[in-house]
Amino acid sequence: MKSRHKRFILIVLGLLVLGAAAMLILNAFRSNLVFFFTPTQVAQGEAPRGTTFRVGGMVKEGSVLRDSEKGHFVVTDTNQEVLVHYQGMLPDLFKEGRGVVAQGKLNAQSEFVASEVLAKHDENYMPPEAKHAMDQAALRKAAESVKP
Amino acid sequence: MIPELGHYALILAFWVALAQGVIPLAGAATAQTAWQAMAKPAAAVQFGLVLLSFIALALAFVGNDFSVLYVSQHSNSLLPTIYRFAAVWGGHEGSLLLWAFLLSLWSVSVALFSRSLPLAMSARVLGVLGLISTGFIAFIVLTSNPFERLLPAAADGRDLNPLLQDPGLIIHPPMLYMGYVGFSVAFAFAIAALLSGRLDAAWARWSRPWTLIAWVFLTFGIGLGSWWAYDELGWGGWWFWDPVENASLMPWLFGTALIHALMVTEKRGGFKAWTVLLAIGAFSLSLLGTFLVRSGVLTSVHAFAADPRRGVFVLIFLATVVGSSLTLFAWRAPQVTLGGRMGLISRESFLLANSVLLVVATGAVLLGTIYPLVIDALNLGKLSVGAPYFNTVFVPLLTPVLLLIVPGVWSSWKEAQWRVLFHRLKWVALGSVLIAGLVPAWLQMHAQGDWTPTISLGLLLGAWIVGGSLLHIVDRLPKPGRVPWSYWGMHLAHLGMAVVVLGITLVKGYEMERDVRMGIDDTVSLRSYTFELKTVQEVDGPNYKALRATLDVKQDQRVVAQLQPEKRHYFSSAMPMTEAAIDTGWSRDLYVALGEVVEPHAQTHAAQWNLHFYYKPFISWLWAGGLLMVLGGLVAALDKRYRRAASQKDSH
Repeated sequence: MKSRHKRFILIVLGLLVLGAAAMLILNAFRSNLVFFFTPTQVAQGEAPRGTTFRVGGMVKEGSVLRDSEKGHFVVTDTNQEVLVHYQGMLPDLFKEGRGVVAQGKLNAQSEFVASEVLAKHDENYMPPEAKHAMDQAALRKAAESVKP
Repeated sequence: MIPELGHYALILAFWVALAQGVIPLAGAATAQTAWQAMAKPAAAVQFGLVLLSFIALALAFVGNDFSVLYVSQHSNSLLPTIYRFAAVWGGHEGSLLLWAFLLSLWSVSVALFSRSLPLAMSARVLGVLGLISTGFIAFIVLTSNPFERLLPAAADGRDLNPLLQDPGLIIHPPMLYMGYVGFSVAFAFAIAALLSGRLDAAWARWSRPWTLIAWVFLTFGIGLGSWWAYDELGWGGWWFWDPVENASLMPWLFGTALIHALMVTEKRGGFKAWTVLLAIGAFSLSLLGTFLVRSGVLTSVHAFAADPRRGVFVLIFLATVVGSSLTLFAWRAPQVTLGGRMGLISRESFLLANSVLLVVATGAVLLGTIYPLVIDALNLGKLSVGAPYFNTVFVPLLTPVLLLIVPGVWSSWKEAQWRVLFHRLKWVALGSVLIAGLVPAWLQMHAQGDWTPTISLGLLLGAWIVGGSLLHIVDRLPKPGRVPWSYWGMHLAHLGMAVVVLGITLVKGYEMERDVRMGIDDTVSLRSYTFELKTVQEVDGPNYKALRATLDVKQDQRVVAQLQPEKRHYFSSAMPMTEAAIDTGWSRDLYVALGEVVEPHAQTHAAQWNLHFYYKPFISWLWAGGLLMVLGGLVAALDKRYRRAASQKDSH
């Protein structure tokens, strides 16, 4: 086979492989994006139903309840709250009054069922997402207090 | 006084690094040998100064000097001495100092072991390293000074994050950084080649051992990080596609492509431009990794830095390095000579496929890691990319890479026969298919777990690589001629990769976990093992109090192990920490984590605790395979042909 033909085949093969890879990547990407919502957004119905998403904020004091293998707690951004059901052990750094991010879905009763609970990695750090939720709520409060 | 000396030494080191960067490069450009000859002494002096700075910080930690802000943030007088030393790199400022220190160490090593290099080349290489050092030291001195004082001094420190009080911390970051920083040497060689216009087989032969050793350290660092996460985090997980993990994986993927592409340049003079680009890419990814970890933009297990100034500095540094190197490449690459011709089926074409696939895989990981940051920066929302994305993308891309290892090893340079390859390898192929089919069936029959296609794929790939490599060795040994060390290195590394693949396949396919509440004398069983909770006691550690459970593990009525998981409360921290108990074996790990105390039993009112049990088959193969790869890389780097050139020069 002429070397020119060989090179052509090689390039076409390469492009096909790259094209297939690109399609695979973008497809997997789109189906695995997990969006984050603040408790306020969830309470206002902005969060999707039936799709996995994340909600974060602070764990409300006195809201943690543990049953045999599951329990629930309340996530708040000082404006609104979301009840989160979970199963299994909570991470070590999970504590009332600290930041938390939960990943899961809304069930038919519009309660959040967490598949994963992520707590921070040292006691003085709040996940940017949780902080964002709190900041948004604080801004909203400040804006409301200025209204006539 | 000592911290001030350390600070001063660092500032001096900045100026020496600047001299090391500018003067030799200018000397190489203007053919002034006196200026070029300044590179090696400058590298030595810079090393000495940064070493002094590092020692000063270490002394502040070990001596419990809480008037130094960084020490007070990351240490405590109750902390065992070894962790007080390791705490030097437990936070942002100290990590950067470690980076700068290791960079100066690599630079001085290049200076010492580059006798066979022409003066102009070594001047350029050390010059580029000097410029990089200048940037890093400037970063430290201007934004992340570890020697800042805290006045009045704290009575005691805030303690090292309990998660970091583990032997893994002592070696994981230094090893990882040795790898990251080591790629700066490959980068420096690439830039030197572009500057000189000389990019040939000799250049590849000089560059390759340094790149191999950097790759070895990075492999070791990543493996260690994964093992440490498994050992320390208490959930039995060992890879989370965490942005910081990805930050170390991406340069590793490029580094792997680079060491293979360098082979083509060394043996056949081909792939020159590609090799240079890979070297630039590997180092850029190392810098990007630094930016990701050091700018606080991530929600991950590792983030420490929270100052936007730092992020901006690193971003500018990264942009400068990548921008200028790619510009230099665009300007000088056409002058670099072209490589030889290669056949459609040849060792070169398989290595090219290897390079391309690894680069695409890196791109996919990069997309998943960076996208959330970009979206957040543009205020388009907050999102994360879940682990399933990475798994879905990575497995199909790495599968052909792994498959092509065997034909790549068996093919000769320039031209190989498809028919010959098929003839030699058909039995290995058949054997691999049989293993991929029969092993899961056998395991399913013995109720060890259900079959999935991925399990067979992993077994196929692992068996294929093992079979193909062993057959190659058996085939080669009887033949005449010396077998070079690089040959053994190659097979060791490939076998290591196969062992890792087999380990991952089997652990993900057949692992089991159970979450139970237990009281004293309760039992739970997992596979063929029975766990009995014997006691739960309070124990005291040097800087913590712990709840320790003791469990007897039985198999066939005989006690095979005793496990003591703990829940620790460090004095300096309000957060509890899980210290899992692991019984390691070649064919399985038994992993137990102690949770919180729960309500007593409803009827008997006996105390109860939450316990998490994991059965992890063949997970030790991951670490063993990693070590094999490390060994393989080392053996290959020490091949005589890299040392011969040096000794020939000396004998003149």
